Amino acid sequence: MSAATLYGLCGAILVGMGLFGLIVHPQPLRKILAFNLIGGGVFLLFGAVARRGAAAGFGGDPVPQALVITGIVVAFSATALAVALLLRLFQETGRATLRSDG
Amino acid sequence: MAARDTFSAVVSFVAYGLLLALVWVRLAAPDVALTEAAIGSGVTGGLLLAASTRSRPTETPAAREKPGATLWLAAAILCTLASAGLAAIVLLLPEPAPTLAPQAAANIAATGLGNPITAVLMAYRAIDTLLETVVLLLALVGTWSLAPDRLWGGFPGPRHYADPDGVLSFVARLLVPIGILVGIHIFWVGSVAPGGEFQGATILAAMWILAMMAGLVGAPPVSRRWLRLVLVAGPAVFISIGLAGFAMASAFLAYPESHSKLLILTIEVPVTLSIATTLALLVAGPPERGPQQ
Repeated sequence: MSAATLYGLCGAILVGMGLFGLIVHPQPLRKILAFNLIGGGVFLLFGAVARRGAAAGFGGDPVPQALVITGIVVAFSATALAVALLLRLFQETGRATLRSDG
Repeated sequence: MAARDTFSAVVSFVAYGLLLALVWVRLAAPDVALTEAAIGSGVTGGLLLAASTRSRPTETPAAREKPGATLWLAAAILCTLASAGLAAIVLLLPEPAPTLAPQAAANIAATGLGNPITAVLMAYRAIDTLLETVVLLLALVGTWSLAPDRLWGGFPGPRHYADPDGVLSFVARLLVPIGILVGIHIFWVGSVAPGGEFQGATILAAMWILAMMAGLVGAPPVSRRWLRLVLVAGPAVFISIGLAGFAMASAFLAYPESHSKLLILTIEVPVTLSIATTLALLVAGPPERGPQQ
């Protein structure tokens, strides 16, 4: 098994772990963390695909690698917005919960 | 994910991000490794650490809302299936692997760049990068709009106090000038070596955040005109040069071959400044102190 495949499998496991945390953890901040874990997993899958596409003297296919860089920055923007929403909810209600009856 | 309190979970997340950066080095993607270490682990980690400290009182009540055993089991099964499906895809990837590397290599001379990743970001897929800078700006607008009406136009985030003779102030005074140089260097070498505007901008943003946390500089009020100009300068220059591409090379974001490196640099400098400012202000959060204070 090549290193790319191994890290691709790691990415698959990370996505599963993140998805589980997103569903099971009640705290919104944990959900944001889990969302980032899913992101990391998806990026690793891209990384595995990029590494397999090594050609023309490059260590990997530069197109998926550049997409991952874009993805990391966009994931950060989404995280920052989610954190701001969460803190505002806490400021406004004194609680931070996603329960609809809360 | 199993850590008892969110603060420890975030600390583990930062460690995980740094390990992930090492994985990217192993995957022969040093540019991604730099981005992951700087943004994915560093800036995101700092943001989440601050948020976990501030929302600590909510943890005990929220932890009581634990899901029932049925949901837990169903989630476990669903996530195992999702992982298994993705793992199967990884194992069944086509052989030989499809790749755009030869095309990227064939056209790199026309861009005047030496780093294929930068060539993809700034030339072949420049529209992605343009949209990304706009997404960052939109996230900042969204964050700012969360301010209560009376604080609109005020100073972002809480005021930071630090002992002027303390460790934090010392580190900030020592590290910030070096960090700024490193940030500019990473940005500049991005055209020929691993690095680039996002990585450089993140380091510059981190230095600004550090100086703000040490109380050396205050965050500017969000209503300042110069601040807004710096924020939109990057996307504005990017779009203008993109539109000029219609006249110069008959397509949006097309560069004439003779001037492509110059044009890419003209875009990159304001974009780097805009991204650095946006990242730092995203971490600082919405205005929390009124404009008069």
